[in-house]
Amino acid sequence: MKTSKSILPLKLDNVSFEAGGKRLIKDMTCTFEAGPRTVIIGPNGAGKSLFLRICHGLLEPSEGKVIWQNAEQIDPRLHQAMVFQRPVMLRRSVSANVDYALKLRNVPKPERLQLIDESLSRTGLGRHRNRPARVLSFGEQQKLALARAWALRPQILFLDEPTASLDPAATHSVEEIVQAIHERGTRIIMTTHDLGQARRMADDVMFLNRGRLLERAPAKQFFDEPANDLARAFVRGELLWWTLGKDNKRNQGQPRTE
Amino acid sequence: MDDFSSAIMAAVSMVIRLDPHLTEIVALSLKVSLGAVAIAAIIGLPLGAAVALFRFPGRKGLVVMLNALMGLPPVVVGLIVYLMISRAGPLGVFGLLFTPAAMITAQVILVTPIIAALARQVVEDLWIEYEDQLRSLGASPSRALPTLLWDGRFALITAVLAGFGRASAEVGAVMIVGGNIDHVTRVMTTAIALEVSKGDLSLALGLGLILLTLSTAVNGAVFLIKDMAERRHA
Repeated sequence: MKTSKSILPLKLDNVSFEAGGKRLIKDMTCTFEAGPRTVIIGPNGAGKSLFLRICHGLLEPSEGKVIWQNAEQIDPRLHQAMVFQRPVMLRRSVSANVDYALKLRNVPKPERLQLIDESLSRTGLGRHRNRPARVLSFGEQQKLALARAWALRPQILFLDEPTASLDPAATHSVEEIVQAIHERGTRIIMTTHDLGQARRMADDVMFLNRGRLLERAPAKQFFDEPANDLARAFVRGELLWWTLGKDNKRNQGQPRTE
Repeated sequence: MDDFSSAIMAAVSMVIRLDPHLTEIVALSLKVSLGAVAIAAIIGLPLGAAVALFRFPGRKGLVVMLNALMGLPPVVVGLIVYLMISRAGPLGVFGLLFTPAAMITAQVILVTPIIAALARQVVEDLWIEYEDQLRSLGASPSRALPTLLWDGRFALITAVLAGFGRASAEVGAVMIVGGNIDHVTRVMTTAIALEVSKGDLSLALGLGLILLTLSTAVNGAVFLIKDMAERRHA
């Protein structure tokens, strides 16, 4: 698990993804250097989750390439982690859930015990360590998903709307944990619908709409002066929709805002 | 009505007296059925999980076959096993015919498809829920297989119980390969069939009641254990 080699930067070269005859991600080219936190925003169906899954290797792009640095020497899959919108907990104890992830990466037992202790205490789950994971509240389960990611010490962590169903207190806890993981040197790429969260968490913002990357900019610049008209409308909280064109085909219409 | 009440009386009397003949039949029945279910579970659970997780040519055909084999006619299985282990058969050298081992073999063939088909469905449903997370953590289908069997253990208990139900109620196959030999291969179902043919309906009904009670007890005990464990793990 420990390596001196970095899998970053991550490069996407003209990546497209097609399913059911529809192109859901279109011609995406971008680079993620080590360091800043990138927040991906956009309306429903923009392709945010798909984009994360393609980067993480859960989906193969239909066209284009996902390129990790040093991929010939180290397995990039072993140096990344992902936290999903709905945490999936195994039917075992809190500590066993973390242990399972570490076992899959062949971490020796003494190191596993240390990482379990550390990750559970840093996420505030130490007192729950022997409880079955599935009896935890939704917010605690999300923290456990982060603890599992913490223990893996990934170089890059993908977060797919990790606070989508959480109350403000739980959201705050999750954001603090994500920040702590970032401060330890992990590259963060997360999606969110919450513009407030994007302002709090982002160093760098990507705006996606209908499978295309329409704008990428440093957070301050993006929120103060978005260059793209749809991004500007989205930041203002306006509703985005598409008018129907001829033959009732949406892609023939023009994007409109209200 | 008289038959029924006298059957209950006979059954209760035999149980209270711990009738040695009855005890022997019940013990052998449990040994054969539980033994067959244990072996079928060892084969069927990983087989069902593997069919659920791996993609290979002919997988759909295998799924259809597993489902179809759930309805295997016991007498046909009994006949095939008989032909295989009879003295002239390819496995005749082992001398298994008319032994409890032959009965267990026949029941394993009957029960394995039931457990495998039900396990496949359970694991497939679980894989839909777990796939992204397990793949994200780096689990290949072969590493995910034991994880999903363990996490699906409560639902899989029902699959094993369905197998036990089939094994304990089965008469055709064990009759053919076991021969219903007194003190050797006589189990409750074959004993019931014999007593009916002899006209001793009371004893047959009494054995039937004991069989029902045992089956209910095993199912009830497993249900309670499953319920308690499920509540603990939410």
